[in-house]
Amino acid sequence: MKSRVVPYLQSAPAMLWLGLFFIVPLLAIVSISLMTGNSIEGYTLTWNFSVFPDALDQYSAQLGRSFLYGGISTLLALIAMYPVAYWIAFHGGRRKSLFLFLLLLPFLVSFIIRILTWQFILSDEGIVLGTLKDIGILGENAHILSTPTAVITGLTYDALPWMALPIYVALEKIDRDLVEAAGDLYASGYQQFRRVILPLSAPGIYAGILLVGISNIGDYLSAQILGGPSTTMIGNIIQTQYVQNGDYPVASALSLMLMLALLLCVFVYARVFGTRTIQEYA
Amino acid sequence: MTQPRLSRRQVMKGAAGAAVSLGLAQLIAACGLPGTRDTGWTAGTDWNAWWRDQQQNGQFNFASWPLYIDTEGGKHPSIQKFSKQTGIDVTYSPVIQDNASFFSQISPVLQNGQSIGYDLIVMSNGWQLTQLMQNKWLTPLDHSRMPNFQKYAGSVATNLAYDKHLTYCAVWQAGVTAIAYDEKQVDGPVDSIEILFDPKYKGKIGMLSDPDELGTAGLLALGINPQTSTYADWQKSADLLTKQRDDGLVRQYYDNSYIKALEDGDLAVTQAYSGDVFQAQNSGYPHLKFVIPKQGAVIWRDNMVIPYHAENPVDAIEWINFAYKPEVAALIADWVNYICPVPAAKPIIANELEDPTVANSPLVFPSEAELSRLKEYPVTETIETHEKWVGLFDPIIQS
Repeated sequence: MKSRVVPYLQSAPAMLWLGLFFIVPLLAIVSISLMTGNSIEGYTLTWNFSVFPDALDQYSAQLGRSFLYGGISTLLALIAMYPVAYWIAFHGGRRKSLFLFLLLLPFLVSFIIRILTWQFILSDEGIVLGTLKDIGILGENAHILSTPTAVITGLTYDALPWMALPIYVALEKIDRDLVEAAGDLYASGYQQFRRVILPLSAPGIYAGILLVGISNIGDYLSAQILGGPSTTMIGNIIQTQYVQNGDYPVASALSLMLMLALLLCVFVYARVFGTRTIQEYA
Repeated sequence: MTQPRLSRRQVMKGAAGAAVSLGLAQLIAACGLPGTRDTGWTAGTDWNAWWRDQQQNGQFNFASWPLYIDTEGGKHPSIQKFSKQTGIDVTYSPVIQDNASFFSQISPVLQNGQSIGYDLIVMSNGWQLTQLMQNKWLTPLDHSRMPNFQKYAGSVATNLAYDKHLTYCAVWQAGVTAIAYDEKQVDGPVDSIEILFDPKYKGKIGMLSDPDELGTAGLLALGINPQTSTYADWQKSADLLTKQRDDGLVRQYYDNSYIKALEDGDLAVTQAYSGDVFQAQNSGYPHLKFVIPKQGAVIWRDNMVIPYHAENPVDAIEWINFAYKPEVAALIADWVNYICPVPAAKPIIANELEDPTVANSPLVFPSEAELSRLKEYPVTETIETHEKWVGLFDPIIQS
């Protein structure tokens, strides 16, 4: 008898934690999403399942856009940061920690300030566009702010260190003898990278994409500050519905659908690129 | 090792059990969310007696908006003066960024019947202020404690469409939402709101992301008086504004950041608040112009209100009274440059503060004729009306 109870007791703290901070809030969101009413009269649980198709129908554009912007910005961050992580891991020498610190340094500044700074950098007559216009590369009316480009720029920028760090860790762990052995077996520099280094860094890429992708798809500040009339992301809608309009059911339903969509993506992603591939390589 | 290892199945069973028991409890508790109706003071409260029982505590907390009081070297001379004369300390917090998010912060607290920690807050007329009044979440003012208001308040402060008997509201400052343009990019003079719909400025036009501001701009452009407008008018306005967006005319729907975009040259013409443009003109952007178009413009008012359950109401109302002294109103208006609720402050700004630019500005001291050209917002009395309004204009802002 004792032996059957003890394992449950041992897992109790973890279960309690999971129950209190994940399952209970999740169930609360589910039940709120199925309520109808308004903030003055209150909301009652009426099992209004039509909130899901209705909200999906109304906000499918914003939901799709979130995945598009999130996906593009994640890819751009990967392309930008892989070389950086590679360089620090293989050529950083004794100063690796310093380089990593420098990479993180801008992120000690408040997120809002960093995004607002992009507003300044990208403004129509600002240091980038103003200069390009002066030398005649861009037309007088060209602008980046308030366009999808600006939103994706903001998202990408914010993702940089979160992409670089896991990749760096994976690259750092690679046994240098393997690379050397590949060289001894007449692998060219490119082949060494393609056949040895890249596969061995796959877990880092995998983690980086997950880390950045999930947070970027749910982001709303970048679209709010840098975006324009048709760059609204699902995070902005959830924020407006919750804070501005006090429409908790719709906000909850949208959050749930976003979460489910993300889970689905992560699941497919894990099946296709995930554990199997990584285990094969590692 | 006699103890069996914990199998995966057992763990799952345990987890499911914990989840179900906790979840059910939560679910039962959450079968409804209480509404805000009747969560304030009860009808029939004798406010004269209530005010008689209150005492001055020598301190109060004042929540307002950023850059909305006279400031000199990080201090506020009007508040310093008040503390010196009355011995009341003021904790001034410019924490309100917009009405809706501040309301969503304070409303759960007020709903629970607790003090929000501020004894005086500044709210614009609009749906959130209406809810504060309807939920009885505000303390009715004791006008016998506000002799300066009786004596000096101008029509801007005494003629309120949303609080006809001045039960709760004492205007802090007022302002006009109209049009601002960049003279370098627009061939002036501009006199019509139609410029916001002119394809010539495609992609250089700013609109405000507040649904009240956006919707009224559409109404004014259609020649409709917002205050008396009907749902059919709102639909016409929404159609016009949707077309404006779909034609690519609107660069962005802005919060207060429109003024920076205008200063940076990102915008040629935009919806704008009077005080912002006046401040910009005096800080290196003289080419920015503010116009009240011939179709009219809307006037809004930011109101000092005392939340119910406030701990220091006497100190707060003492400040309201103080703020209506002409010399104090002059200090504040001379700094914030919005419409001053105290007309008698004008000669003080002109002579004692020696700032004729502000004193003679129609944006700070509009004449009665100018005031009569200004329109009121539609007053939203019920949540159904409010939902109809945002249901039309939110999808334009967040497409």
